Amino acid sequence: MTGLRYVYAVCRPFGAALEDGPAGVAGVPPRQMSHRGLIAIVSTVPEEDFAEAPLRAHLEDLEWLTATARAHQGVIDALTSVTTPLPLRLATVFRDDSGVRAMLEEREEDFHRALERLDGRVEWGVKVYAEEERKESVQEPAGDRKAVSGRDYLRQRRLRHQAHEEMRENTERFARRLHETLSGFAEDSLLHPPQNPALSKAAGRNVLNAAYLVPRSASEAFVERVDRENSGVPGVRVELTGPWAAYSFSADEGRARP
Amino acid sequence: MTALEHRQVALVDLLDRLLAGGVVITGDLTLRIADVDLVRIDLNALISSVGAQVPAPWPEES
Repeated sequence: MTGLRYVYAVCRPFGAALEDGPAGVAGVPPRQMSHRGLIAIVSTVPEEDFAEAPLRAHLEDLEWLTATARAHQGVIDALTSVTTPLPLRLATVFRDDSGVRAMLEEREEDFHRALERLDGRVEWGVKVYAEEERKESVQEPAGDRKAVSGRDYLRQRRLRHQAHEEMRENTERFARRLHETLSGFAEDSLLHPPQNPALSKAAGRNVLNAAYLVPRSASEAFVERVDRENSGVPGVRVELTGPWAAYSFSADEGRARP
Repeated sequence: MTALEHRQVALVDLLDRLLAGGVVITGDLTLRIADVDLVRIDLNALISSVGAQVPAPWPEES
């Protein structure tokens, strides 16, 4: 078979077809490739799109990147309903089937260890946003030309600055405490860098962007916990995403535990 | 679930996981294109170029 091999995930044998056949990257439905007690989930993708140079160019194309990321996620989602997959990073491509098999052999022990560790676990994402800057700019009296003395102006500015600082500290304290609480509840946690508002288009400043590894059976309690912690600190917003496959906890080698 | 916001999966949340998470394979038989640094740099370039184009000060076609 010509074309390259795009690998989504490695799983234990789950003895089922993928329900509702997810479309797959490049519109190619994924197949299962079994090798020595492991399953690789693979699509055969065209070389003109997935060889190194075209792929590099495609990754600059937000539309292509979006479609590919969503297709990848669609396959992982379908897998998650039948097993606990070990997801690979986006755009992991091999030349041919034997390349995939060699990879499975080479990483066999890592894969078994990671699959054991993640079995029955899911990932939840929790983000905290500070909405302070926005509120302040709304209050800015842009059209108000009332004469204000220099001293009053400076005083108002100082008060605004103090309020601003106070809100920032409150938000950060809230985020830190929330992360501590949820880390205590979860089996593992990981902090992603705060998201860039230009890309997320989310309102406010992202102060916490965390992932938590939680047993599937404890997920409901985790979600309730997040909800309960989300207690009206003004100007603070909490967002929950998930359940995800354990993307953020897939790398196990040499990971330092705080 | 009152105060929490639930949305469909946002691209940024997906990219946090697909570009920074997941198992990284490096081996002789891969094409070495899963290199995350490469992807991140390209993505940063993408974001700034998208940002620069937003104001679109003149029509592209007349």
